[in-house]
Amino acid sequence: MKPAPTMYGLIAEFEDEAALVDAARRARDDGYRNVDAYAPFSVEGLSDALGFRKDKVALIALLGGIFGGVGIYVLQWYTAVIDYPINAGGRPLHSWPAFIPAAFETTVLGAALAAFFGMLILNGLPRLNHPIFNAPDFDLASRNRFFLCIEAVDPRFDVGRTRQFLEGLAPLKVGEVPREMPS
Amino acid sequence: MSSIAAGPDKALRESTLPVLKGGYSYATISDKISDIVLTRPTHWGWVVGFTLTSALTILLLVAMSYLFYKGVGIWGVNIPIAWAYALTNFVWWVGIGHAGTFISAFLLLLRQKWRTSINRFAEAMTIFAVAMAGLMPILHLGRPWFFYWLIPYPDIMNVWPQWRSPLVWDIFAIGTYIMVSILFWYMGLIPDLATLRDRAESRFKQIVYGIVALGWRGEARQWRRFDTAYLLMAGLATPLVISVHSVVSLDFSIGNTPGWHSTIFPPYFVAGALFSGFAMALTISIPLRAVFGLKDFITLRHLDNIAKIMLVCGLIVAYSYAMEVFMAFYSGDQFEKYMVLNRMRGPYAPIYWIVLLFNVVLPQSLWFRRVRLSVITLFVLSIVVNIGMWLERFMIIVTSLHRDFLPSSWDMFYPTFWDWAILAGSLGAFGWLFLMFVRFLPAISISEMRKLVLEKKEGEA
Repeated sequence: MKPAPTMYGLIAEFEDEAALVDAARRARDDGYRNVDAYAPFSVEGLSDALGFRKDKVALIALLGGIFGGVGIYVLQWYTAVIDYPINAGGRPLHSWPAFIPAAFETTVLGAALAAFFGMLILNGLPRLNHPIFNAPDFDLASRNRFFLCIEAVDPRFDVGRTRQFLEGLAPLKVGEVPREMPS
Repeated sequence: MSSIAAGPDKALRESTLPVLKGGYSYATISDKISDIVLTRPTHWGWVVGFTLTSALTILLLVAMSYLFYKGVGIWGVNIPIAWAYALTNFVWWVGIGHAGTFISAFLLLLRQKWRTSINRFAEAMTIFAVAMAGLMPILHLGRPWFFYWLIPYPDIMNVWPQWRSPLVWDIFAIGTYIMVSILFWYMGLIPDLATLRDRAESRFKQIVYGIVALGWRGEARQWRRFDTAYLLMAGLATPLVISVHSVVSLDFSIGNTPGWHSTIFPPYFVAGALFSGFAMALTISIPLRAVFGLKDFITLRHLDNIAKIMLVCGLIVAYSYAMEVFMAFYSGDQFEKYMVLNRMRGPYAPIYWIVLLFNVVLPQSLWFRRVRLSVITLFVLSIVVNIGMWLERFMIIVTSLHRDFLPSSWDMFYPTFWDWAILAGSLGAFGWLFLMFVRFLPAISISEMRKLVLEKKEGEA
């Protein structure tokens, strides 16, 4: 049975983290690809079970750090040597040891800003509304419950079969996630 | 033998103290921490503290307004003592901030589990302390409205900052430090803000916490990127903390004033910063755990560990004091020698001896486990160290400046009412910000505590 267009997916609620990791792995093994797992804390191995192995945050932070460090060093060199040279006691204009502190600090700043905003952007945040918030009991996802959602866009998704599959994972319960908040 | 071991702290001696008291589940730990913010009625202790700190914050605002109106002449500063309270306060406040970053970043990298329940408020302590610190040099500028001239930007005067000046390094160090600290703190807060959003009863709270939670869903991929970013920030903040106080110390040691011009300054200052910062962490956590009933989370184990770090940092500081004296005589430089003798016997001698008593002698009591496990003693000792470290910075700044190379330019510094007002006001504003923080944001990281519950469960299984 094909899902109605108003349906975001089917969601199963679990008691603890081990059950969720197991369920995520079995959903992947069963051939589902648009699977999301929700947990109140960072569960080890959960993203691996969903087939998500590489995040790009570290690369973005590295680029941010390089940009910050090189950028401020070039600025220091340009201002001290080209644009505004001051002869301070005969010291060389390009007095690189004195340029290190600002270069170091700005490297850290660039990397930290890149890590923070890179994480937010890759995570699609801020996004205050999301269909998953319509799921029953989803407020417990930030307290003590663990959820596995199979999205309706998944090519293998079939309302009856997917529900049966989720119920086979021994969840606390299985529910539907509507796209719009039922009024 | 057994009669020696018997006693009230026998259990403490024989087993390691727990990081978290038992019997908590994901739900109860979430509720207990979030209820402090959401449902628990305001404690009378909080109201008293809030009233007092509000009054002092107003004093700070008055003192700042009068300073901007009249100029730095309202302070006791003069030439040669052009720096006094403002710079003492600056160094002291930055140092306090460092312990927070040390707890949240350095101990995270070392996988110290006991940091989990104290890292959030330690980070808050960092931010508020650095905010107070950042205020001080600006107040001292004389023309504070031009402070942004330190920032490189293409201006119509065609002037750029002097990159060889430690004061320019300072604004980069402090500016970076406060921004990274805020990002690190806020990032850790996002999942907890989502918890508050989901647990809030009133519509207003749901909306406010909902907006600041940025729509956090706790999806596995989000957590994965969050973990990577958090770890990276910790890795970045750790060398940052060392560099910031090193740069602060370079403000002094780049100058040729006797008592400042020394290569020991960066490590000496970093150790001193952690020393006073951990003391402040104790000063804050002891009333916090009592007023909000957090003794299950902030246990004696935490106080014990903080006290141990304080002891180590205190020993490094003591070594630096000894080295300062030794190097002055070893150098054979008459000005350096006079500086040391003047500290010991000159008009500010009582300060020198109080510093030694407060920072070197009294902290040695921390060698004893009985002292480290006595909450009252620790609290008193933490205040003693805070005062001692403030006086140490005063000693470094004022005794070095007041008698430099030329006896004809020697002078004395006496604080005025407005010097005291700025110091007391900054303490008040720091406390005020902290009280607001514990009332409106979770003072303990809920998501990390859930992980601690899991680890405890796995450890027992």
